Order: sequence, then structure tokens, then C-alpha cells
Amino acid sequence: MSHFLDRLQFFRRDTEEFSDDHGVATDESRKWEAAYRQRWQHDRIVRSTHGVNCTGSCSWKIYVKNGLVTWETQQTDYPRTRPGMPNHEPRGCARGASYSWYIYSANRVKYPMIRGRLVELWREARKEHDDPVTAWQSIVEDEQKARSYKSRRGLGGFVRADWREVNEIIAAANVYTARDWGPDRIIGFSPIPAMSMVSYAAGTRYLSLIGGTCMSFYDWYCDLPPASPQTWGEQTDVPESADWFNSTFLMMWGSNVPQTRTPDAHYMTEARYRGTKTVTVTPDYSEASKFGDIWLNPKQGTDSALAMALGHVILKEWHVEGRSEYFDNYVRQYTDLPCLVLLDQQDGQAVPGRYLRASDLSENMGQENNPEWKTLVRDETTDDIVVPRGSIGFRWGEKEHHWNLESLDARGREVRPRLTEIESSEDVMPVAFPYFGGGGNAHWSHTDHDAVQRRNVPVRRIRLADGSEATVATVFDLMVANYGIDRGLGGGNVAASYDDDVPYTPAWQEVITGVPREKVITVARQFAENAHKTQGKSMIIIGAAMNHWYHMDMNYRGVIKMLMMCGCIGVSGGGWAHYVGQEKLRPQSGWTPLAFALDWARPPRQMNSTSFFYNHTSQWRHEKLQVSEVLSPLTKPEDFQGHMIDFNVRAERMGWLPSAPQLNRNPLSIGREAATAGMDPKEYVVEQLKNGNIAFASEDPDHPANFPRNMFVWRSNLLGSSGKGHEYFLKYLLGTENGLQNKDLGDETDLHPQEVKWRDAATGKLDLLTTLDFRMSTTCMYSDIVLPTATWYEKNDLNTSDMHPFIHPLTAAVDPAWESRSDWDIYKGIARTFSQLCPGHLGRETDVVTVPLMHDSPAELAQALDVADWKKGECEPVPGKTMPGLVAIERDYPATYERFTALGPLMASAGNMGKGMQWDTKEEVEALGDLNGRQEKGSAKGQPKIETAIDAAETILMLAPETNGRVAMKAWQALEKNSGREHAHLVAGHAAEKLRFRDLVAQPRKIYSSPIWSGIESEKVSYNAGWTNINELIPWRTLTGRQQFYQDHKWMRAFGEQLCVYKPPVDLKTIDPMKGTRSNGNTEIVLNFITPHQKWGIHSTYTDNLLMLTLSRGGPIVWISEKDAARAGIVDNDWIEAFNINGAITARAVVSQRVPEGMSMMYHAQEKIVNTPGSEITGNRGGIHNSVTRTVLKPTHMIGGYAQQSYFFNYHGTVGANRDEFIIVRKMDKVDWMDGEASGDAMQVEGV
Amino acid sequence: MDYINQFLFGILPYIAGAVFLLGCLVRFERGQYSWRAQSSQTLDNGPMFRWASIFFHVGILLLLLGHVFGLLTPQWFYHGLGLSTSTKQLLAIVAGGIFGAVCFIGLTYLVWRRLFNERVRANSAPADTFILLLLYLQLITGLLTIPVSTGHMDGAVMVQLANWAQYIVTFRAGAWEFIVDVHWIYKLHVFLGLLMFLSFPFTRLVHIWSFPVIYLGRSYQLVRRH
Repeated sequence: MSHFLDRLQFFRRDTEEFSDDHGVATDESRKWEAAYRQRWQHDRIVRSTHGVNCTGSCSWKIYVKNGLVTWETQQTDYPRTRPGMPNHEPRGCARGASYSWYIYSANRVKYPMIRGRLVELWREARKEHDDPVTAWQSIVEDEQKARSYKSRRGLGGFVRADWREVNEIIAAANVYTARDWGPDRIIGFSPIPAMSMVSYAAGTRYLSLIGGTCMSFYDWYCDLPPASPQTWGEQTDVPESADWFNSTFLMMWGSNVPQTRTPDAHYMTEARYRGTKTVTVTPDYSEASKFGDIWLNPKQGTDSALAMALGHVILKEWHVEGRSEYFDNYVRQYTDLPCLVLLDQQDGQAVPGRYLRASDLSENMGQENNPEWKTLVRDETTDDIVVPRGSIGFRWGEKEHHWNLESLDARGREVRPRLTEIESSEDVMPVAFPYFGGGGNAHWSHTDHDAVQRRNVPVRRIRLADGSEATVATVFDLMVANYGIDRGLGGGNVAASYDDDVPYTPAWQEVITGVPREKVITVARQFAENAHKTQGKSMIIIGAAMNHWYHMDMNYRGVIKMLMMCGCIGVSGGGWAHYVGQEKLRPQSGWTPLAFALDWARPPRQMNSTSFFYNHTSQWRHEKLQVSEVLSPLTKPEDFQGHMIDFNVRAERMGWLPSAPQLNRNPLSIGREAATAGMDPKEYVVEQLKNGNIAFASEDPDHPANFPRNMFVWRSNLLGSSGKGHEYFLKYLLGTENGLQNKDLGDETDLHPQEVKWRDAATGKLDLLTTLDFRMSTTCMYSDIVLPTATWYEKNDLNTSDMHPFIHPLTAAVDPAWESRSDWDIYKGIARTFSQLCPGHLGRETDVVTVPLMHDSPAELAQALDVADWKKGECEPVPGKTMPGLVAIERDYPATYERFTALGPLMASAGNMGKGMQWDTKEEVEALGDLNGRQEKGSAKGQPKIETAIDAAETILMLAPETNGRVAMKAWQALEKNSGREHAHLVAGHAAEKLRFRDLVAQPRKIYSSPIWSGIESEKVSYNAGWTNINELIPWRTLTGRQQFYQDHKWMRAFGEQLCVYKPPVDLKTIDPMKGTRSNGNTEIVLNFITPHQKWGIHSTYTDNLLMLTLSRGGPIVWISEKDAARAGIVDNDWIEAFNINGAITARAVVSQRVPEGMSMMYHAQEKIVNTPGSEITGNRGGIHNSVTRTVLKPTHMIGGYAQQSYFFNYHGTVGANRDEFIIVRKMDKVDWMDGEASGDAMQVEGV
Repeated sequence: MDYINQFLFGILPYIAGAVFLLGCLVRFERGQYSWRAQSSQTLDNGPMFRWASIFFHVGILLLLLGHVFGLLTPQWFYHGLGLSTSTKQLLAIVAGGIFGAVCFIGLTYLVWRRLFNERVRANSAPADTFILLLLYLQLITGLLTIPVSTGHMDGAVMVQLANWAQYIVTFRAGAWEFIVDVHWIYKLHVFLGLLMFLSFPFTRLVHIWSFPVIYLGRSYQLVRRH
């Protein structure tokens, strides 16, 4: 009752003594204990997760108290696995548990923000112009006004604005840009839809409705392994983490599982408890290393040398010696090893050429349909050359449906493909193979073997349709020769012993990687023996570490070959487990129509970001790597001339890669001109391209007509994290203060591109950069407008991952705080204002869209045998065949908002599709209308509503095979029509089920098996990629229909990558001009620059989270080795500067024995807005990790129109490699925080 | 002038006493979480601080005891013990001087620390600084009475002050008249003392009520029954 009175108990001491007076029981009040209980009391728990980038996809309980999110804990209600397997939960890590800090932190973006200078200009312009579009025009077309706000990007000066005003500015900019320059000049960047697919779809739906360009991320992040589409025709498909448990030999190669896959790591440790052997391969002593029974530490960047040596041992001991029937049958049926390859005569020597095709032989081997796309094998029983089923020619246009991997030929005869001709042929011929291990970057060890290695191969001579004689060999025989294995055929350059110094023996790799040969032999033997005994249960978990090198495809193909040789792909407990960045969007084909507005118009505009940013941030103007440096020694440099960008431009012109902006004219004007000329827009464009009136925008990127002008960034920290060549972005795209330390190629050089016009560099190309975020990230700091978005605990959305088979939601625990709104509501608001501003500027328009030759469409059969550029007169420009397809789309601009909020009519009339299959969706559209309601007026009258984020989620769930059993049945039946086999049994049990949003809110749900993915969701087998290819005999979506060891495209051959080889890192030439020229008196050392994933802030929490900063060093750090540190006089925690010609970084040194000599590591995405002092080199504040990088392209990634090497969004294309980079490191002389008034810190000055 | 003296030394003591007692009671009832010493030791725990804190607390506690003994002991009582008035004054001057000096050394450092240590300064409420400065001033005025007192070693002034105090606590009229004529330094010291009582409930001084002396005698283990 009263604290005081309760204590007045002098006369009534009701106590009871015990234990000889040592203790006493009293009646004192215990009210004070409530304080501790209330600390953990809450009003409700809501299910959500962390919505960008992290593969974890962990379901979390979000606790709400007094209307505020207070904390989060891991959900533990996932559906069970099955007896004999550990369960999934608990999933989550300390980083996820720190997320709620953001919601009420000082770093939260609370209101729409706009740069002061811009809003001043806007308000002045609006006084003069009643029409917002004209007002915007008056600002950006005035050079001085435009410069005045663009040059202040990144320098602070934000002021609060209201939603009405910012929406008007953004919509006016979009209307102006679409009207005067073209809608494809409006671009949007957002990564990894899987983690919050409705948020992603909000922006891309708006952009797609107005004809804007959606940018890819997977390739740009360099997380896309080009080896995957090359080998399997598949973006990336991998086992769920539960399947690690089923493996009996587990390698972790460049993947730091406990640190970067924390919620899944338990399966790895559980597998070890059960007896699985683990081998880790990492150059540094990472957290994963300690889990390895064997730890291999090759020098960074030499993984392919190690993989080749491992492959050498496996191939020799198991295949050449023929010890495993399982391996033998596997490679015959499921890989291209038996396929026949033509040997080309080139300067008097034989080199591996392209696959022999049905069209090469007389009467096309009886094949009328696509004979040039049907590869051949020799039947062992009859010794005849036959056409096996499953090659890509069977996929399209076939009358009878035989696109499958049955051991039959086209006519239905049993076939046993022959692997080698060594027994059946006396004919042996020396074949030339390229060797790259003698060149490249001087920081790596080289060997002095000849650049051309001639090795004897058993061959057969055949007569072609034209009567000429040709020599052919099997891929197997070529590959054995490529690995340098002595088969007793005579000739040189082959090894009989592992100790021979011949590429690619274990002894040879020792020099390059530093790994002892005995360890290599041991690992190879155990890996293969395990796979033999378990029929494929050897698995390699692999991370982006190896994929970020320029020659990443060699690293990856080396590893993939080991797995394919041992029959591990498509087997539960085996296979290739690459977990980076793609985070499987499980209901993909239900989501695609919503995201890219395919319900209103098809196709959307999509762009591969690597080529885009290389081009439009003018990184090409600074290119130091010549194509001749990476060509095969067997290729004549004069046949492959030009600058890297020339190859990209040619690829765009030939329809291989997409382009953005697409043409050098406004596609809306092209539509109008075609109408005026009374021509079909397609024919009109072809005519204009031929006579040179229209060209591709990328051929003149510095011309104002070809600038990307408006850009949206959401769910992304493009400029604080993933923007390779950060300083180039700042200079050219944004036109603001930057730390670039080198000049472009200049006017006086013979290195100018041939296809691209060289003119004075344009800067500040973007008129408007709008970023949606909940925190003031580095990207926000550089934006013109920052829109406050809902956090992951304040919105409704869907979330999936490749790590587990569940779909689960983000739900709003509380309403968006302050004035923030969900991404869906933000884009809906912009769409509404955009529609209101259209009248008088944009009405019904014809938009001419260019479409590359797409994978999983008939266009992937465009260019079968040779490469021909129509612009050089080598062929006619034929849309969809020798150049991009052309599609005229009718857009109704004033109806944009009405279209945004309703499912359009195309879903019912044209159906849905995915990975080359098409199915009807009328019933689903009906059901969605019944569920969401239908629009009652306007141009979308009668169409199902998509007003809210939950409506959008329901649309995805209704349309996707993975969440709607009836759709899954239809999709499997669509595949059956092509494969001629029955597959629908895989989902028959779920045919009457579907998942609704509220089902997922109740509990994460396992998805249904669908032909979109190559594994199945079952109660008997864990998800593993390639399972359906092996067990359902569905071909891989490659040229041969099989897993391909061999790549036969002309450009692949030109760069020496028919088969896997070791290629050392390339020399980017960024050090010499800077070394020793800007001394501050301290010793300078040169180190390789590696940017792995964070420990104290992976994607899910970024690096500005106070809790994580407190646990780490609280600011930017770079790890270096003890030896290098001693050399440079650096001690732990010293401030150091890392720089090269691209820019400079300031950070603290972490000196650790973890790091090998010669290497440095900077965890990526450390924001420059946290504790970053000024740079002695640039005079500005230190940069981010990408301040010292620049993108460089690889021509083989540009290949298109060629079966699996055909473009698809986020699937195939150029990738942004960055690990071949070097930095100069030195101790800083003076640490300037640039926070004084007179320090000249621009941020400070702007604030005043 | 009489009115002022009567108010300051006849009425203010009761106001201060009432605020002191009622204020502490209310704070104890309503502000349990604020009933604490608010030690800044975690912000700055150097050896200097630890010594200064001990000096201050030892000094101030003994000064407090000295005041209770000096002011509230009736004359007949100490005479009965054989202590003459002038000896008692000498005792008061010597003991007060020694403990005053000890306290002064400690408090000087604590004041400096409170004002100039960045971390402590940033964590100080106005009341924290106020009460410390008040204590410091009080201590200084107390010490300044020593030279004045040495001018009249007969103890008469001491008796006047003791009478005042005893009249106040026994609710007798006219207490103020005892100290109308004493030197102003004594009056200032008394006034500051009253001010201290007045501000006591609003500051960290409340921790004095809760000194954990009970630990010395209680059982090792306490179990609350419900």
C-alpha cells in the first residue's frame, strides 16, 4: 500500500527463521518484481522476416508493446522435415536479431526528403509554370540550373518535403523523360525479389507499365556463375540446406558457411556428427576452415588450378581406368561426354571445333526439324552415328514429342552412346589445346609450359553432307587430353605420373596454388570413392568468393566437372551447392506477370546491369584490359579486334544481349513515324537501321539523346555497396564530387572503340535519382529525392529462399512509422500522380521495344553455326534471328494507375508461361476476381483488383504453380506435351490445394513441385537441383540437352574455353601510375583486394546498425596479414589508406594471422557514412570498398541466340567481376575527420 | 531586521524541516526508482576519485556526528561528564578542523571532477551540481567559523547556537533570539544548513536514509514468502 508504511513493522515482525538463523522468511512486498516481468511482456507477436538480400529467409516473431516494435526472436514452427533428418529451426542469427534497432533509430528516414537546391528550383519553376511537366523541363534543360543541383549530390542539404510535392516532381520528371527522350530512359534498380517480392514488383510494375527499364542484379553482383547457364542452361539451381545432411562427403569451397549461412550451418555440423567427411578450401583461415577434416588453402584466385588437378586424378583413376559402372552410365546418359566434336584445321594443326550436328551429315540424318540444333553420338553397339533424343532441336517445333533423356535415338531405337574411340579407332591425331598458366598477372606464380599444348587424341574420319571429309572426336577423348592424362597414345605434354610437371597434374598445381600434391591426391580419391560407393553423395558448397574473379567460369567449371564426372549432380546429398545472391524466387512464374505487368503488355524492358553500368558510368572510357590479353593463343588477334565495349555493342546488335536505352531515338516517336509512313513498326525500324537513321543507343553513350535520365533505386544500396566503379558512378552518372584518380583514354590513342563514338565525356547524365529506403544509406545521400519506406516489420509481403522449401510472409507488426509508406503504396502513389499529369503530354502511344533472343523461347535457336553481324553486311538484319526482336506495344499512359491496381486481360486471353512452358490461367483469374474483388469503373473495369500489398501477394500465390496445386498440374502437363513423358504424378497429391496469404501468416508452408525448378518437394527426398533431369529424364535446357563439359560457340573457342582450363587473374593495371607518386612518408605495399561477406552486418542488417558496430570495430576495416603489416610498419587498429587509380578508401587495419600474405580483405558494404575519415589521396572523405574497383567485361558472357547461351534476365550475360583488383596500402600520416568548420569538408559546408 | 532574523532562524527551520520530512516521504512513495545515490563511479573510477570519495564521506559523516553531539547535547549532560564548556569548544574546533580538512580535500576533488570531467559533466543533472556546490559552500563557511571562534574561547557563542538548536527541536518559542547577535559567518552557515534540509528531498542526498547498515545484523538469506 505504501512503501514507507509497509516498512514500519517494528512491532509486528512476522518472520520465520530457518537454518539456524542463517535464513529468514519475510512478508516484504514483492511488487518490485513486476518491473522485471514487464520488461518481457508484450501486446502481440507478429510473423515477419528480413526482406532484402539475406539468403536466410528466416521466419521471426516480432514483438509489439505499446504500439512499438520492441524486439524479435526466432520462429520455431516450421513444418517438420521427416524421420531421420534434423528439423530446420531455429533459423536466424544475431544480425537478424538486431534489426529492430533500425525502426526507431536516428538513421531512419522519417519523411520524404529532397535536396534543398532542387526544391528551391522546383518551387521557383512552379511559380512560373502551371504545368509540372513544363516546370521540370525548365529546370533540366537549363544547363546551369541542372548543374547546380546535380553537383551537390552526396553533399547533404536535404530538407523535408511532403508526399504530394515529391510525387509531383517524380511523376513530372517521368512524363517529361518518356515524352521527350523515351520511356526506356527511365530505369529502376532493385535486387533479389525473392526476399520481398511484392516490394520488388511494386517498382517494376510501375516501370513496366510506362515502358521503363528494369535492371538486373544477379549478374551485376557477380553472384551469377556463368558456368551454370553454360553447363546446364539454368540460372542457378541448388540443394536446400537440409540436403547437406544427406551428403557423406562435403566440401566447402570458398563458402564461409558458419559466418554467411548461419541459420543453415547446423545441417553441416549435424552431418559431421553423423560421420560425413568435410573438406574446406579457402585461402584464409576462415570460420569454415576449422570445420574441415582437411583444409586446403590455395592462393586466392587459383581455384581452377586446384580443381583441374583434382579432376586429373579423378578422371584418370575412375574414368580412364573404367572402375565405376555408376560413373560410366551416368556420363553416357546425362552428360555430353559421348557427343561428337568436329576438329578444325587451323594453321596446320587440329583444334577442337563445334559439335557435329545432324545438318552436317547427309540428308540431315533424316531430321526435318532443326537439324542444325541436333547433336550426335556414336552408338557403341552398331558403331553408327545416331541422333540421340533431348538435344535442343527436339525442344521446339517438333511434331512428335521426344524432348527427353531416354536412351533412344530420334527414331526410337535403343542407343548406348560410345564415350571413347580409343579401342575402336587406330587413328590418333595431335590436337592443340591452349595453355594460359604462363601469362596473366605478375602477382601469381606462372609455369613456363608452351602456350599451345599438342596432345594425341583418338579420332574418327567421317564424310560430311557436302562430300568433304572431317575428323571427329568425342568430348570424352578431348577432355582426357585436355587434362593432360597419358593414355599410351604417344606424343608429348601428357603425364603418366602425378609428379610429372605437366598441366594439370597435382605436381603442376603445387607451384601455382601452394597446396601440397599429396593433399590434392587424397581429396580427389576420397571424393570420387565416396561418390562411387554412395552413387553420387559427394557435395560441394561453393560461395561467391571464387565467382568474383574475372575468370570465374574456369573456377566453377573446374569444380562442376568433378561433380559431373562422379555422377553427383541431380542426386540427393550430392551436387553443386552455390548459395549467393539469387535466393530462389519460388513462385516465380506467378510473380512475373505482376512484377513486369505482363497482364497488360508483353514483353517488358529488361537490362543486364553490368553492361549498362559499364557503358553509362563511362567505365569503358578508362578500359585498360585489351581483348588480346584474354584471347586464346590459338586465335588470331586480328579476328577479334576492338575494345571490350565493341564486343558488347556487337552482342546487342546481334540480339545476344539486351540494350538500354535501346535505340538512339525515342521509341514513342519511332512508333508515330512508322504510323505516318504507313509502315509496320518492325519493318520501319529494320529499314531505318539499315540506312543508318536509327542506331543502338550504346553506340554513342555520351550523346544526350542516349542518357539514362531518371533512375529509381529501392531495396538496394547501389552506391554504398554494389556499385563497382563507385567513383565512376559519381563522376559520370551523377556528375558530382568524386575521388577518381585517372584520366580516360584521351583523344590521342589507338585504343578507342571501333563501334562506339568517342566524344567529350558526358557527366551528370541522370536528371533525377530517387531512392526508397528506411535508413539514410550512402545511396540515399547521393539521391535527389529520398522516399521513406516501411521497414520489414511494417509491411505485408512474401519471402522465399533456396536454402529451405518454405514460403512465408512479412507482415506489418505496426503501421509504417512517421510518414513512411510501403513500397507498394509509394509506387501506387507515383502511378496515380503520373496518370494525372499525362493529359496533354502522353496519351495512347505505340512503343517499339527491342527484345534479345531469349533463352527458353524459340529464339534460342537463332544462330546455329556461325556468328554474323548484319551491320558489317555479313547477313541481313532479321528481327528475332540475326538481331533483337521488335515488338510494338500499345500503351495507355493516362490509364497507368488503373492498370497498376488491376490484373489485366492478357492473363485470361494469353495465359501464363515459365521456362518455355505455357498454360492457361482463366480459372485462376476468375478465382482472383472473386477473392480480391473486381474494379468497378475505369479502363480496368471488371478486372481483379490489386489495390493492396496483400492483394498483390494473393495474385502471386494464385498464379504460381508452386503455391497453387491446380496450376502446378497444368504446368507439368505443359511439359509433358514436349517431353512425351508423364510427370504430373509429382504433384497429383496437391492438385486440389492452394495457399492463401493468411495460411502463410499462420505458418510457413512448403511449396509444391513444379517444372519451373529442377528438383522436387517431397516427403521422401530433400530438394536437390537436377533431380527431375535424372529421375524424370527431362533434358537440361542446353544445346545437347545434357550437362555440358564442352562449350562449342565460336567465341568460347576463340577465348580457349571449350573445356575448362586454368586462367590466372588478369592484370587491371591500376597500381603502377600511383605507386610511390603520392607518398606521405610511410611505406607502401601492394595487396590483392578481396571483398567477402560481412560478419558484423551481412545484408540483412547492413553495417550502420549500432548494435553490430558496437560488437565490431565500429567503422570501416581492412584485414591484412601479419607479414605485410610488419613490412609496412602497420600495427593492429592503425588507420590506413587503400588506393589505386580508381579511388581511395580509409579504414582501420585488422592485422591477423587469418590472412595470407599478399592479400587484403575488406568486408563489403561498409558504409562511408559511419566513422570514415578524410582521404590523403582524394581530399574527400574516404570511399566505400568499390571506390578502388572498376567493372571489366568478359566477351564470352555476351554470347547469345545460342541455346543455353541465350539471354535471360538475371540468368545469363556479363557479370561484374572485381577480385583481380590490387590496392596500395599504407599507414595514414594524419587522420582528418573533416568535421571542423574550416576543414573544407563539403558535407559540413553544405549543412551550414 | 528582527523580522528577517525571526523568519530565517525561527520559522524557516520548521518550513525546512517539514519539507525535508514530507518531501522524503513523498519521494520514497512515488519515486522508488529515483531513490538512489546515482553514483558516477562507472563513468570515472580513477584512484584519485576513490580516495576523494572516501575522504569526503569519512569527513562529512564525522562532521555530522559532531554537529549532532555539539548542538543537541544539553549543557547539564556534558557538564555532568566533566566536560567544561570551553573544553567542549576546543574539542569542537579541533575535531571539526581535522574532519573539515579531510572532507575539504575530498570534496574539492569531487567538485572539480563534477565540473570538468567530460563524462561526469555530461551525466550531471543541475540538481547534482547544485547540491555539491552547496555542500562545498557549507563546508567552507563551517571552516571559516574556526578563526572567528578562536577569538572567544569561552564557549558562549557555542552555547547560544546549541540553545537555538535545542529550542527549535523542542518547539519552544524565541529560539531565534539566541543567535541574533552571533557573527554573520555563523548565521550564514546555519542558513545554508537550512537550505540543505530544504533541498534534501529533491536531490541525491536521499540516499543517506538508506545506508545499508542493516546488512551488518541481518540473516544471510532473505526469502520473501509470497
